[in-house]
Amino acid sequence: MAYQKPRQTFKGQIKEVVMGKDLKIGGESVLPFYTFDGDTGNPPRIGMEVWDVAPTGWPEGLMNLIKDVAEDPAAWAQFYVKNYNPDFIVLRFVGANPDVKDRTPEECAEIAKKVADSVEVPLVIAGCESNEKNGKIFTKISEVLANKNYAFLSAVEANYKEVGAAVGLAYGNIVVAESSVDLNLAKQMNILVMQLGVKPEKIMMNPGISAVGYGYEYVITTLDRIKLAALDQNDTTLQMPIISPISFESWKVKESTATEEDAPEWGSLEDRGIAMEICGAVGVLAAGSNGVILRHPRSVEVLKNFINSMLN
Amino acid sequence: MALTGMDIYKMLPKKNCKECGFPTCLAFAMKLAQGGVEAEKCPYMSEEAKMKLAEATAPLMKTVKFGSGDKTYTLGGETVLFRHEKTFVNRNRFAVMLKDTMSDDEINQKIANMNKVNYVRIGENMFVEVAAVKCESKNKDQYLKLLKKVKDECKLAVPMIITDDPEIAKAAVEEVKDLGPILYGANPQNYEAMVNIAKENNLLLGVEADNLEALYDVVSKIRSGGYNELILSTKADKAKQLFDDIVNIRRTALVAQDRVFGYPSVVFVNNLSSDKFMQLAYATLFVEKYGSIIVLDEIDYSLALPLFALRQNIFTDPQKPMRVEKGLYKIGPAEENAPLLVTVDFALTYFIVSGEIERSKVPAWLLIPDAGGLSVLTAWAAGKFSGKTIADAVKEMGVEEKLKTREILIPGKVAVLKPDIEDALPGWKVVVGPEEAEMLPKFLKDYTNRVA
Repeated sequence: MAYQKPRQTFKGQIKEVVMGKDLKIGGESVLPFYTFDGDTGNPPRIGMEVWDVAPTGWPEGLMNLIKDVAEDPAAWAQFYVKNYNPDFIVLRFVGANPDVKDRTPEECAEIAKKVADSVEVPLVIAGCESNEKNGKIFTKISEVLANKNYAFLSAVEANYKEVGAAVGLAYGNIVVAESSVDLNLAKQMNILVMQLGVKPEKIMMNPGISAVGYGYEYVITTLDRIKLAALDQNDTTLQMPIISPISFESWKVKESTATEEDAPEWGSLEDRGIAMEICGAVGVLAAGSNGVILRHPRSVEVLKNFINSMLN
Repeated sequence: MALTGMDIYKMLPKKNCKECGFPTCLAFAMKLAQGGVEAEKCPYMSEEAKMKLAEATAPLMKTVKFGSGDKTYTLGGETVLFRHEKTFVNRNRFAVMLKDTMSDDEINQKIANMNKVNYVRIGENMFVEVAAVKCESKNKDQYLKLLKKVKDECKLAVPMIITDDPEIAKAAVEEVKDLGPILYGANPQNYEAMVNIAKENNLLLGVEADNLEALYDVVSKIRSGGYNELILSTKADKAKQLFDDIVNIRRTALVAQDRVFGYPSVVFVNNLSSDKFMQLAYATLFVEKYGSIIVLDEIDYSLALPLFALRQNIFTDPQKPMRVEKGLYKIGPAEENAPLLVTVDFALTYFIVSGEIERSKVPAWLLIPDAGGLSVLTAWAAGKFSGKTIADAVKEMGVEEKLKTREILIPGKVAVLKPDIEDALPGWKVVVGPEEAEMLPKFLKDYTNRVA
């Protein structure tokens, strides 16, 4: 008997969302990288992290690369776009944190405007650890960057009304609905944001993320289940593209923070961080993320090659 | 194809003798179809029917073994495509590639690195379980020399003999057969000779072909010859094609229910790229998507830390939370005056809390009582994280002897426990910590400044 390859096709499809002028994300109707089953949609997109303050605690090699631009987010974003060609830039307002610089929404908006003017690629705006503060800065930033189709990471249960109304309704940007690693919570957040009146094509989702080894199985299973619900059961409330801020977690854990003096047998700290980031990113892409956020240019290079080799 | 209860019923003697423990043959047949009982329980079934049934009711993917003694490993036996459906059961094993055409220096370096990666993560020993030893020279003596070296110097790893030359394979098996090696290299040209060697020594046999069609054909032939201890691969050296092959081997077995592909697979990610981080990317993909042995060119801690951690995550039972051992954990160079914190034994909580303490750079002690492997609020609600369990842990771990401090920091979410703990631990003061672990670095710095 000759071999018959099984095929799996679905009736559902992930929505295609346009970031910025023309960066399309999502749109697939098969599981990630299952080119043998059908249409894999747009390739997964890669963003790089830029902060509003010069970072501390980043590995030395990376700091050396950005040392001339780290104080100036616009120059920094330009440097990344020119040298590493990311699909988008993630501008993260660490300095808005009341414990860091407690930047005002106006200051944040001014910085965001400068960065937006300095690069062609779309921006993803990320906040600090305070949901309350994020609601305020997102409102102001989306106002000065109205109708840019930038994504705001993110709306959570505590601030979605404020964020959704400003970002998604008043100023025509994209709301990223965030929930913590549970299919039902993800669905609920999407529904809440849609009920505000935000159109589905202006919504993406971040259903939670962790570093590999730190409850990462819940992340993978949540993504698997979301994609199967969206594709197989045609659940329209879960058909938004998924964006995963891998770098936010990967660089915090012991594997990527223990110094070479503390863990001499582990070798290069920078290599360990890059490896944690690559592993976390490939893992979520294989389970259904449509975009990942990375910190290290080496990880960006590897992920680009990886995605290319899986699709072409 | 799986048999239905009615298919099985037709094969039974229909005596309704009840000797199997079921009231009727039909009831027995239904239970058999669900896999709830073994065909052996029927004393009157013909041998032929038993064989047929055993085949039909066996798992769609075979569980196979390799290795020996305490280094015996099982692969395959998977029943689902996604871990949330029912758990991935037999974790993949990692291998490092050694070739007999490599220089001595290169081989020594690789072996040294393999031996160096050996550590414990949440109660599990992490090391490379397989040494993939490939004959590229086509020279038997040269190959055997390397195999001997691997046997002597890689004590932790089971060898995978890689050659398509039956004569070399035979000599190689002779050299390391006590270790229960994998024999890899059966193909459409040599399979009869290779099966004979595997059969004589009861070894797991790796079968490869240029593509899935050719692989299907050769596996069909090996099966009809009666050998069933197999592991499969294709020669694809492009990521896209290899992913297609590996996913479809699994789907052919589990979805199309075709046992010809009902075996685990070997993935040579070292053939997809020579860059170590690219190999890491591919290895990650195949840990999630169906590689049972994943072969790398090289291992070091930067690759091992994420890969073993990922594997430990993916191959856990989704219905059972991961736990850490109860105990008093030292974080950083903590001395007897360092702050003492307490949290639960749910692995995720432990990792997040210990990670934040590390991030704070404040050396500290973290006390973990037996809290049922639940998160802070769930354990509290279940009565497993109470004044008494915390006080018992302080006593059991000898905290009062080991540490000078008489203050214990508890998670903010269980601030309500403060009086209970103070009642149960005379002389101690309870300090309520932050509600979220993320706030710990700042909290600990403020706390130590205040105490100092």
